[in-house]
Amino acid sequence: MSHVARGRGRAGFIAGFLVLPLALYLTFVIWPYIQTFGYSFTNWSGQSPTFDFVGWENYAALMEDGVFRGALWHNLLLLVFVPATTILLALFFAFMVNAGGRSGAGGVRGVRGSSFYKIVYFFPQVLSLAILAVLFGAVYRSDEGGLLNGLLIRLGLVDAGRPVEWLNDPDLVLWCLLLVVVWHGVGFYLVLFSAAMQSVPKDVYEAALLDGAGRAQTFFRVTLPLLWDSVQTSAVYLGIAAMDMFVLVSTMTSGQFGGGPDHHSEVMATVLMRNFLYFGKSGYACAMGVVMLVLTMALSVVVLRATRRDRIEF
Amino acid sequence: MTTVIKAPGESSAERAGGGRPAAPGGGRSDGAVLNVFSHGFLAVWAVLIVLPLVWLALGSFKTDSEIGGSALSRPTNWNLDAFARAWDKGIGDYFAHTLIVMSFSVPLTMLLGSMAAYVLARYPFPGNRVVYFFFVSGAMFPVFLALVPLFFMVKRLDMLNTYQGLILVYVAYSMPFTVFFMHSFFRTLPTAVHEAAVLDGASDTRIFFQVMLPMAKPGLISVGIFNVLGQWNQYILPSVLMQPQTGSDPERYMLTQGLIQLQYQMGYETDLPVLFAGVTLAMVPMLVVYLSFQRQIQAGLTSGTLK
Repeated sequence: MSHVARGRGRAGFIAGFLVLPLALYLTFVIWPYIQTFGYSFTNWSGQSPTFDFVGWENYAALMEDGVFRGALWHNLLLLVFVPATTILLALFFAFMVNAGGRSGAGGVRGVRGSSFYKIVYFFPQVLSLAILAVLFGAVYRSDEGGLLNGLLIRLGLVDAGRPVEWLNDPDLVLWCLLLVVVWHGVGFYLVLFSAAMQSVPKDVYEAALLDGAGRAQTFFRVTLPLLWDSVQTSAVYLGIAAMDMFVLVSTMTSGQFGGGPDHHSEVMATVLMRNFLYFGKSGYACAMGVVMLVLTMALSVVVLRATRRDRIEF
Repeated sequence: MTTVIKAPGESSAERAGGGRPAAPGGGRSDGAVLNVFSHGFLAVWAVLIVLPLVWLALGSFKTDSEIGGSALSRPTNWNLDAFARAWDKGIGDYFAHTLIVMSFSVPLTMLLGSMAAYVLARYPFPGNRVVYFFFVSGAMFPVFLALVPLFFMVKRLDMLNTYQGLILVYVAYSMPFTVFFMHSFFRTLPTAVHEAAVLDGASDTRIFFQVMLPMAKPGLISVGIFNVLGQWNQYILPSVLMQPQTGSDPERYMLTQGLIQLQYQMGYETDLPVLFAGVTLAMVPMLVVYLSFQRQIQAGLTSGTLK
C-alpha cells in the first residue's frame, strides 16, 4: 500500500471514529451550553419564538431577587457543611476501619469485619436520589408515623402531642437535607480514603512507630498529609454536589419544585427550574445557570488553591 | 504513655515468627480501648445505614393506617399484595422503560466513547488535543447550565418523551467521563501488539475491534459500571425530557421519575404501603447487583473520582 493511500485511509478512519461521538456531544452538550450564555441576555419566555436582547437586565434582576439570594445563601451554607461533615466522618471511619484494630507486632491493623463495614457503608451510593427522597420523606414525617419522630417519642425525647415538623420547620429543613447528603456520601468517601490509606507503604507507618509516634500522631502527621490529594478532590466533588441539591429539595420539601416552607430550603437549582418550567422565564433561568457555572468554577479553583500543599511522593 | 522502641530487626523477627506476641505495656491497652471504641462507632453508623432501609421495606407489609399510626408498629399482613399493587401502579412499566433506554444507551455510550477515546489516545493529528479537551471539559459544567436550551433542542428534533431522544442525550452526557477514562486506559496499552497487527495487514478498524477493545476490558468494566449506575439513577434529565407532550402521548417515565410520581399519587390515595413496596422493588435489584459485584463497583466508582 502506498504511503499516501495509507495516510488518506488513516484520516478517513480517524474522522469516521470521531464523527458520531462529536456530533452527539456538540448537539446535546456544547451547543446548549453556548446557547445558555446567549439566552441569558434575552427576555425569552421559552414559548414564543421571538425575544429581545435585554443586555445585563436578567443579571441585575437576579441581584434584586430575594428568593434567589436566599437560595444562594443556602447553597453557600451547604457548600461549607456538606464537604466538612462528610469528609470528617469519612476520615474518622476510614481511620477506625483501617487502624482501629488491636495492634500486633506488625503495627496498627484494621478492625475485624472491616470489609463488612465497607460494604454496608457504601451501599447508599448505589441508590438513586429519588429513592433517598422517598425514604427520607418517610423518615422525616411530621407525625408519629415518621421513623425519627416515632423513635424519639418512644425514647421520651419528644412529646407525642407535638412531634417535630422536620421538613416543615423553617429552621430545621436545610439541616435535614444536609443529613441525607451526608448519609449518602460517607461510605463512598470512606472507601476512597481507605484505598488511599492502603496505598501508603507499610514501612512509612513502621518508621513512624519506631520513632515513637502514637496513633493520633500517626494519623495527623503521617496519614492525613499522605491523603491530602484525595481529601482535596473529595472537597471539590462534594462542593459541586452541594451546589446542585435539586433532586432532594424539589422532591422532599413543599412548594412547586420544592424550596418550602416559605423558601427556607430554596437552592439555586430549584429557583432555576421554577422560573423555567413554571413561570416561563427561560432567559432569566439561563442567567441563573450561568451564575451557577461561574460559582462552581470559582469553587473548584478556590478549593484547589487554598488546600494546595506540596505533593508528597511515596 | 509508655512507648516501646523496638529495633527493626526485632520487629521483623517477631512478624516472621507469626502469631501475635503481646506488645508490652501501654501499647496494648491503648489498642484494646481504641478497638472497643472504634467498633462502637462503626456499629452505630452501620445501624444508621441499615435501619431506615429495613424499616421502609417492612412498611410494605403494613397497612396504611399502621404506617400512619406509629413508626414502630409491627407489620401484620405478610403477603405481597402491596408489591402487586405497586407493580400495577406502574412500577413494572417504569422498570421496562428504564431497561429499554439503558439497553441502548449504555452499549452506545461505551462504543462511541471508546472509539473517540481510542483515536484521540493513539493517533496524533492536528487538533487532537483541542478535541480531547473539548470532550473532557464537559464534565466540569453543571447540567443545569444546559437544561433550558437542551429542552428546546430536543423539542425541535421532535424527540421529547421518546426513548431515542433520551438515549441520545444520555450518551452525549456520558461522553466526557467515558472519553476521559478510556483515553487514559488506551494510552497504557502496549504498542507492540498494535504494530504486530499492522504487520499482519489488519486494518485500523479491525485492530480496534479485535485487538484493542478486548485488551481494554478492565477499563471498559470500570467505566461501564459508572455509566450504568449514573444513567439508572438519573433524574433531572428524564424529568425535563420525558413528560407526556399531549393528552394522548403515553407516559414513558423512568424508574426514578416514576417513584416520585408514585409518592405524589399515594399521598392522595393514602396507600403508603404501595409506595414503600415500590421503593423496595426499586432497591432490590440494586442490592443484588451491588452484593454480587461490590468489589468492582467500589473500585469502579472511586477510581472515577481519583483520576
